[in-house]
Amino acid sequence: MKKTRLGMYSLAIGAFALAITGCGGNKQESTDNTAAPAAGAPAGKTVDPATAGEVTGSVKLDGTAPKAKNINMAAEPACSKARTSPAMTEEVVTGDGGALANVVVYVKSGLEGYSFPAPAAAVTITQEGCQYHPHVIAMQVGQNIDVINKDQTTHNIHPIPKDNREWNESQPPGAAPIEKSFSREEIAIPVKCNVHPWMKAYMAVMPNPDFQVTDKDGKFDLKNLPPGTYTLVAWQELYGSSDPQTVTIGPKETKNVTFTFKAAAAAGD
Amino acid sequence: MFSVLSLSEFDIENTENRGGTRRDLEPAAKMNAIYNQPLHRYAVFTACCTFVLLIAGALVTSNDAGLSIPDWPLAYGSLTPPMVGGIRYEFTHRVIATCVGLLTIGLAAWLWRAEKRDWMRWLGLAALGGVIAQGILGGMTVRMFQPPPVSAAHATLAQLFFSTVVAIAVFTSSWWNGTFAEIDDPGKPRVRTLVVWTLAAVFLQLILGAAFRHKGFGIIPHLIGAVIVTILIFMTAGALKRRFADVSALRNCARYLHILIGVQLLLGGGAYWSRLYSARFPQPIPAMVALTVVHTVTGALVLAVTLVTALISYRMLKPAHVVVGSASASEQVAH
Repeated sequence: MKKTRLGMYSLAIGAFALAITGCGGNKQESTDNTAAPAAGAPAGKTVDPATAGEVTGSVKLDGTAPKAKNINMAAEPACSKARTSPAMTEEVVTGDGGALANVVVYVKSGLEGYSFPAPAAAVTITQEGCQYHPHVIAMQVGQNIDVINKDQTTHNIHPIPKDNREWNESQPPGAAPIEKSFSREEIAIPVKCNVHPWMKAYMAVMPNPDFQVTDKDGKFDLKNLPPGTYTLVAWQELYGSSDPQTVTIGPKETKNVTFTFKAAAAAGD
Repeated sequence: MFSVLSLSEFDIENTENRGGTRRDLEPAAKMNAIYNQPLHRYAVFTACCTFVLLIAGALVTSNDAGLSIPDWPLAYGSLTPPMVGGIRYEFTHRVIATCVGLLTIGLAAWLWRAEKRDWMRWLGLAALGGVIAQGILGGMTVRMFQPPPVSAAHATLAQLFFSTVVAIAVFTSSWWNGTFAEIDDPGKPRVRTLVVWTLAAVFLQLILGAAFRHKGFGIIPHLIGAVIVTILIFMTAGALKRRFADVSALRNCARYLHILIGVQLLLGGGAYWSRLYSARFPQPIPAMVALTVVHTVTGALVLAVTLVTALISYRMLKPAHVVVGSASASEQVAH
C-alpha cells in the first residue's frame, strides 16, 4: 500500500513537472527565410528597360480624416522617455489637400509571364519610441525584411498573416536585427507587439516589384513597366482595397492615375 | 465568495418548511469523523489562490499580453524575463499558475493520504489532472499563437478546475460532514432539477463567453446564453426563496445568485460597450480592461455559487423518489 502511494505521488509530481517544463525545446520554428521563389513569378520574360513606361499618380482622401488618437505610454518609462513628440495613432495619416499616406499602390494584374527575382537588398522596419517606422511597409515575395529595435526596452514582433507562416519573436534592447521573409503574396499582414499593445504596423508582400507605399504627399510612381494593360489597386489599413483601375501604357509612356478613398467608407471615430 | 464557502453561515435553523413538514435539523457542529479542519482550510486556500489565478489570466487576455512572452515554458529563455509591458501580466500569470499547480499537488496528496471517501481521493487526482492539462493548454496557446479553440479551451478548463477546487472545499467542510435531516421540496420543478439545469447553462455560457473573448464566436451566442442563464437563475433563486425562506443556507444561496446575476448583467453590458467604444483606440484602454476582467471573474463567481447551491441543495433536499412529508430516513450523514 505504501509503495502504491509513493508511486501515485511520484506520478503526480512527475506529470506536473512535465506540464510546467514542457515536452520539448522552445525554439521558435518561424522563419520563412528559405522561401520558395516568388509566387506568381515563374521563370519568364524580363522587362526591357528600353521600352518600359511608368504609372504615376496620387492617393487622396475625400472627406475628413478621423482624428489621430494620443497614445499614452506613461506606464512604460522606456517608451515615454524615448519620445521627443507625443505619440499618435497612424491609422489615417493625411497631408496637404487630402493626400493620403501609408497607402500601398500595386499592380494587381498585367505582369503575368514576367519573372521578378526577389531583390537582394532587405527592407527595414524599426522599433523606435515604441512605434514602428514605417507604419506600413511593402516588400516582394522572398525579399528579406530586417526588424531593428532602437528602444531601450524589449519588444516582441508578431505578424499575424493569413496566407504566410505566423511567427512571434522577442527582441531585447541592443539585439541584432531579426531577419525574415514571407513566401506568399499577401496584402496586408498586421503586425503587433504584445508587450506594448498599441504598437501596430502592416507588411504587404507583393508578387512583383511594381508597388509603392505613399508618403504624406500621397504620390506614387510605378516605374519599369513593360508596355501593356494593367490593373492597379490601392490598399489602406482602415479603408481596405480601392476599386481596381485599369491603365494601358505604350512604350516609354507615362500615365497618371488618381485613387480616392471616401472617409465615410469606414466607421467614424 | 468565501462567505459562501465559509460554511458556518450555513448552519441550519430549526425550521418549518413550506411543505408543511416540521423537522428538527441538527446543528452543523454535530459532525462525523470525516471532517479534517486543516485539510478544509488548505482546500479553501487553494480555491482562493485559483480565483486570483483567474484574475491574472483575465488580465493577460484583456491586455492582449498572451504572446508577449514568445517562448514556453521558459520566458525569454530564462526564469526572470524583463518585467515590462505585457510581460508583467503574462509572467505573473505563469508564476501564480505554478503556485496553484504546486498547491494542487499538495491537495491531491493530502486527500489521497487522509480521505476516507474513495471518491474524494479521486476528485483530488481529477483536480491534479485538470491543473496539468491546464498548464499544457497554456503552453499550447503560446506555441500555437493562440488559436481560438485552444485559447477558449484554456479559459474553459480554468473554470472547470476552479469549480473542482471549490467542490473539494465544500466536501471537506464541517457543514458538509455534519449530520442533519433532509428537507422536503414541495414544489415543481424540484430545486434539485432546476439547479442542475442552471449549473449546466452557466457553464455553457462561460464557454460561449470564452469563445467570444478569444474570437471563436461572435457576441450573439453569448447574448442568448445570458438570457437563458438569467431566466434559470431567477427560477432557481425564486424557488429557493419561496420554498425555503426559513433555511438560511438555501436562502443565502438565493440571495447571492440574485446579486451576482444582476451585477454580472451590468458588467457584461459595460464590458461589451467599452470594447466597441475602444476598438479603434490605442490599447490597452484601462476602463475596457477593468470591466472585462471583472466581468470574466464575476462569471467564475456565478459558476462557483451555482455549484455551491447545487451541492447544498443535493445535501439538504430530499430526492424526488422520497415521499414528501415522509417521517422516515430524515437523518443523513455525508458519504
